[in-house]
Amino acid sequence: MALKSKFGAKAAEGDMTAMIDMVFQLIIFFMVLINFSQDDQNQAIKLPTSELAKPAETPLENPIVLNLAFNGNIYLGAETATIAGLRPLLELEANVLKSNGKSAKDANVIIRADGNTAGGMVQELIKKCQESGYEKFALRAKEEIGQ
Amino acid sequence: MKFKSRSDEKVEMQLTSMIDVIFLLLIFFVMTFKISAQEGDFNIRMPIGGGAGAADTTNLPIKLRLRSNTDGELVDIVVDDSRSFGNDFGKLRAFILQQTGGDAPPSPEQGPEVEIDLDYNLRYSHVISAISTVTGQRQGDQIQRLVERIKFAPPRKPQ
Repeated sequence: MALKSKFGAKAAEGDMTAMIDMVFQLIIFFMVLINFSQDDQNQAIKLPTSELAKPAETPLENPIVLNLAFNGNIYLGAETATIAGLRPLLELEANVLKSNGKSAKDANVIIRADGNTAGGMVQELIKKCQESGYEKFALRAKEEIGQ
Repeated sequence: MKFKSRSDEKVEMQLTSMIDVIFLLLIFFVMTFKISAQEGDFNIRMPIGGGAGAADTTNLPIKLRLRSNTDGELVDIVVDDSRSFGNDFGKLRAFILQQTGGDAPPSPEQGPEVEIDLDYNLRYSHVISAISTVTGQRQGDQIQRLVERIKFAPPRKPQ
């Protein structure tokens, strides 16, 4: 005589509602906090700190981010150059601005330099940018926490 | 003839694939999450001619000379080639407060101007400290602006 199992056919199912609610909340939390604007930041650079460094209320127009490392290398997007070899990259950026009806004067050059870099190197970088027609600079610093 | 009512049957959705995707999303966001301090900018306008913004020939800039030792550490702050503050930024701020009267400039293009002349080797963190000191000071959550116009002297030769 074949006996029908009381439980065999049915799969045991837990209530997933609470878990899915929780996971959605976690996803929303991380999505809100993710900051895609930090993509242009080179994490190898340790910025100097300042008690006055506060994020601007409105983002700078036409930003060009130059990351200056301790060894003198400059990172502009995916490109790497030295101060002496920076001119072609700056002129390429100026041409992009020109094609958008702007000029190098309208660009904001954001300098993210390592705190241990020689200050003279930053001056040389600014001078090199001036020679390509850039006028507006922003020296970036990290907010000093605990002040 | 008796029909079995369908209303008693529980309609079940297949959730497995959705949960898989949600977990993948969650793992992506957890892995890319990064806690970092906020960053801010010190704006400097330096056209190649040298003068910052509108040239004001009647109001010469305050010359801030930053001397360093061979290790790049700050050893002396000299203002207008006459006053020496050692490496004390507090004294420099007191001087700037005296010069500005503690008032914020009416606009970023106006007010006193500071020209920073530094030794090539001086660490950039000291330069930012000097700019911080002359630009303003924090009072609680508020920032009191002092000098908005800052420029650099031509770079000196490496020592």
